[in-house]
Amino acid sequence: MWSSVVEVKYKVGEKVKVMKAYPLGHVRTPFYIRGHVGTIERLCGSFPNPEELAQMRDGLPAQPLYRVRFLQNEVWPDYRGGPADVVEIEIFQHWLEKA
Amino acid sequence: MSDRGKYRPLSYFQLMEVTLRELLVEKGLITEEQVNATLEDMRRRTPERGARVVARAWVDEGFRKRLLENGSKACEALGLDVPALKLVVVENTPQVHNVIVCTLCSCYPRMLLGIPPDWYKSRNYRSRMVREPRRVLAEFGLEIPEKMTIRVHDSTADMRYMVLPMRPPGTEGWSEERLAALVSRNAMIGVAVVQRPATS
Repeated sequence: MWSSVVEVKYKVGEKVKVMKAYPLGHVRTPFYIRGHVGTIERLCGSFPNPEELAQMRDGLPAQPLYRVRFLQNEVWPDYRGGPADVVEIEIFQHWLEKA
Repeated sequence: MSDRGKYRPLSYFQLMEVTLRELLVEKGLITEEQVNATLEDMRRRTPERGARVVARAWVDEGFRKRLLENGSKACEALGLDVPALKLVVVENTPQVHNVIVCTLCSCYPRMLLGIPPDWYKSRNYRSRMVREPRRVLAEFGLEIPEKMTIRVHDSTADMRYMVLPMRPPGTEGWSEERLAALVSRNAMIGVAVVQRPATS
């Protein structure tokens, strides 16, 4: 679909950590999830990097985009709810590292 | 257009919209006809589209499987234009309740549900749904039992989400049209469940 695509690094079920970075500009990784560990739920496909698109560039090579599942109890220390409650978030590969 | 005859000054955003649109038209980048056609398109998309998809999934097991596997492709088969690779349908079960939010802005499955309600775009909903979903759902009148899992979907990037609600008991043998009429917009966002009307 895109002329150049970054190679897919992670498999479904693999544990990943969201980078704790605070770059300037347009970013699609919510603050509240940076630094947290989750599990790859699925690969959504590869899409142009939104941080580049926001600068009027083509966003290529396209970045793999994953849905990552996080346990609510680990995200919010004072979370009130079931132990299996989760939040699932789309995160681009360049924001993830092996956990 | 409403309140004919009454003078109301334009709000900041209305003024911005008019100014930007007139500039774009003046410079020949877009035409008024294109703007109107786009508005018409947006108005044509209503939650009835999503309800049709849900009702089909309830009566057709094969369609349900295809919908959960590839939402965009399954909707295409119903003659609905949904951008490829973009739609993820998440299924409610007796064990799991799903709910949709976009904490970064207000991403919404417009292709199936139309224009989002104002509360969906509010800071209150967006910040609290990820943090305390059970309390927010209770404010919508939906109490989720502790033993059920809540899955919050934060649509932060290219995907759009729709909840496939559970089919209410007592609707066996109902036609697709009759079932579709039960499915509310809120049930497809995940802040309500589908109920069979008490009478009938």
